[in-house]
Amino acid sequence: MYAFDIERPSTIADAVKALSDEDAQALGGGQTLIPTLKQRLAMPATLVSLTGIGEMQGVCIGDNGEVCVGGATNHATVAAETASSYPGLSGLAGNIGDPAVRNRGTVGGSLANNDPSACYPAAALGSGATIITNTRQIAADDYFQGLFETALDEGEVITEVRFPVPEAAHYEKFVQPASRFALVGVFVAKYADGVRVAVTGASENGVFRWTEAEAALAADFSAGALDGLSVPADGMISDLHGSSEYRAHLVKVMTGRAVAAC
Amino acid sequence: MASVTMTVNGKSVSGDVEGRTLMSDFLRNDLRLTGTHIGCDTSQCGACVIHVNGEAVKSCTMFAVEADGAEVATIEGQANTDGSLNVIQQAFQDHHGLQCGFCTPGMVMSAAALLKDNPKPTEGEVREYLEGNICRCTGYHNIVKAIMAASGQDVSAVAAE
Repeated sequence: MYAFDIERPSTIADAVKALSDEDAQALGGGQTLIPTLKQRLAMPATLVSLTGIGEMQGVCIGDNGEVCVGGATNHATVAAETASSYPGLSGLAGNIGDPAVRNRGTVGGSLANNDPSACYPAAALGSGATIITNTRQIAADDYFQGLFETALDEGEVITEVRFPVPEAAHYEKFVQPASRFALVGVFVAKYADGVRVAVTGASENGVFRWTEAEAALAADFSAGALDGLSVPADGMISDLHGSSEYRAHLVKVMTGRAVAAC
Repeated sequence: MASVTMTVNGKSVSGDVEGRTLMSDFLRNDLRLTGTHIGCDTSQCGACVIHVNGEAVKSCTMFAVEADGAEVATIEGQANTDGSLNVIQQAFQDHHGLQCGFCTPGMVMSAAALLKDNPKPTEGEVREYLEGNICRCTGYHNIVKAIMAASGQDVSAVAAE
């Protein structure tokens, strides 16, 4: 690693101030950033740790019944504290990486990084979540903008994520066994006004909504409703773990399993 | 350089570290607590698992500065106060839960974290919890068996002999 300083602010205001330096970078749980730094793929002068900020920790229920998760809340806490309020989200958080990773990695870190194979983007997009930052609120549909790209500006911090709670939801992940990332993961959520299907791990552009499946499932919420649909392999990730055709096939299979498990 | 103070295995320790100093390096190089092993240094293998404020974490993927003020437990603090092996360590010995021993510190620390939250895990739960701990000797059957035994369960039917 190149040398850098670490600041540990205790308020959002202090973190934002520290991040206004152009060579500063936010540090969540570090489960992606630290390996990246070890490979010398990043060279920040200062890391601003967000995990010591009390107002960004924890899970609560909002005024409209939505599940509100502080941006610096780790996966293990989300898994434990949403088990009864939003089981679909809890199941997703409780199956990220391994137990030690879940004790460090944060929801804000995962969403800010927007890895194309990460689990949380599927939950946020599949729930139609709202990403709250220090300056604004961003709808999940506007937030994800491609591979590792988001609507966040330089120095903008995810302070909270609000998940509307569906009638039923399930995340089905085909695990890439070496990394524990999703080879393909599908989050299906059934709301009173429609169904959302968000797919991670598959597309070269990162997480996306499979709108044809959403329409079919809105009319008939059963795995059989997907029978006539297919996903084009065009634009799907192809690597040593699976071809683009295989990933396209998995999208449909995982969606069906997620619906069946709802 | 930053000054850090934390409690490690019940003792208050402090030191001056760089921002980039990993917790695993602080333990091994500064405190000379070399029981915490660095296997892969890429967050995959789990040989470096320690507890920070009671939670299992990979010490190669956390900065020492982030543990400032924390309560840290490492493998060196696991034995009973008279120096004898604790229940988990003894079970690893009794059930041959180690071969070369390199992964063992992380295995024992992960096992301790599991049994704290789930005192009577099923075999499946043990295997799932050890997802992030790799044994390069592939001695998983006896590791799982040892953890089941440490939880006070009958292990005669566990895994293959």
